[in-house]
Amino acid sequence: MLRLPEFRYVKAGSLKGAVRALSDLGPDAMVVAGGTDLYPKMKRGQFTPRYLVSLRFLPELKGIRPRGREGMWIGAGETLTALCEHHAIKGIFPSLAQAAGSVSTPLLRNMGTIGGNLFVDTRCNYYDQTFFWREAAGFCLKKDGEICLVAPRSKKCLAVFSSDTAPVFCSLGAMAILVGPGGERRVLLEELYRDDGIGFLTKGREEVLRGVVIPRAAFGVRNVYLKLRRRGAFDFPVLGVAAAMSFSKENICLSARVVLTAVSSCPKVVEGAAAVVVGKRVDRTAIEEAAEVAARASHPVDNADMDYWYRKRMTKVYVRKALALLAGLES
Amino acid sequence: MEIASETAKTLLEVLREDLGLTGTKHGCELGECGTCAVLMDGKPVLSCLVLGVEAEGADVATIEGMMQGGQPHPLQRAFADLGAAQCGYCIPGILLVAKALLDSNPHPGRDEIREMLSGNLCRCTGYTKILDAVEMAAKGRGDL
Repeated sequence: MLRLPEFRYVKAGSLKGAVRALSDLGPDAMVVAGGTDLYPKMKRGQFTPRYLVSLRFLPELKGIRPRGREGMWIGAGETLTALCEHHAIKGIFPSLAQAAGSVSTPLLRNMGTIGGNLFVDTRCNYYDQTFFWREAAGFCLKKDGEICLVAPRSKKCLAVFSSDTAPVFCSLGAMAILVGPGGERRVLLEELYRDDGIGFLTKGREEVLRGVVIPRAAFGVRNVYLKLRRRGAFDFPVLGVAAAMSFSKENICLSARVVLTAVSSCPKVVEGAAAVVVGKRVDRTAIEEAAEVAARASHPVDNADMDYWYRKRMTKVYVRKALALLAGLES
Repeated sequence: MEIASETAKTLLEVLREDLGLTGTKHGCELGECGTCAVLMDGKPVLSCLVLGVEAEGADVATIEGMMQGGQPHPLQRAFADLGAAQCGYCIPGILLVAKALLDSNPHPGRDEIREMLSGNLCRCTGYTKILDAVEMAAKGRGDL
């Protein structure tokens, strides 16, 4: 049996209490909400916390609702099921419902939270294995080893960012609300990520994500999420494309965002692809050019399901499809 | 029911080892197969990824509680009538997930059944009989 190692479970009574516990307990503490990423990784020896601070029952992390003039508030502790089944989300941000509804399986979505999906640990064929497997194959840079087994000359871990919802939130310009020892701060969600398989989050260790706000400006923007994977369930994305576009009455593209997932260690905002279509009446030629630009920015490596060259080639296909859907050229 | 258990024990381990309720099966123990599914407050979850302490105060339903008044649940009857189980190891989880579906949507379409059961692997049947059985139970009749 794969059992969890020993740890102390701290049930926080409030968000403030959780932050305080994280400060007091130091680097041996981790937070847990849904547990769907954390517990398997503890069983496989990838995470070895001595303390778990539970965010599971905190009311501060709940709720999916419009918040005044700000936009749409989505609590980090809400489940992926709650997000993908939410009436307003399905109507206004279908890309978000598509992304959340494509995570793993219905059972996992009943447990896994928005915060957990946004901060899901980066993945790699050489890392997401049991301790026994990793010990036999030789440990890697991300955990217990000294070299990257995918690219031995790489100084940096190349584990893949595998969140479905993060690229969508980034495409909609979402703000993250973090609570730490110094109080609350707001930051553009995409600024919380960096292209490093180990240190892929820029937030402080003691900071807890309270929720995200999709700004009011994103209401009315056309949006879509397309995901490539082998099976229709269970699988993490081996490529994901989130796109958002707005149009004038004359059908001129006013704004565009294209964000890729699973092609690097963070969500990849492809500004060049967006620049191709903004200010134009979007036709097949413009879409082709934007898709080409996105494909050039896509750098999958040989550490996930499906061949890396295929995933790169499919970037162009998926971006082309996403933009054509938003431009009304496909249905 | 009240029980004292170690913090590091999952709900699966508490059910099987501390309470002797071995109807809930253990499969991958990593959230990748659906075999250990139970209902927590009516929603299907994976008991291998919930701590026993996290289930405190929750209404947990396992396969042992599916029969009511000594009578099999219509889903259990449909699975038996159609021979929807082969080795049967995945069936407790599948029955509970199907029950959650029918409790919230008594007349699901084939695609809805397929979607709801997409997190439960079966290595024997090829799924057709399982989907047929859920459909049959939903229709409330003994033939398709």
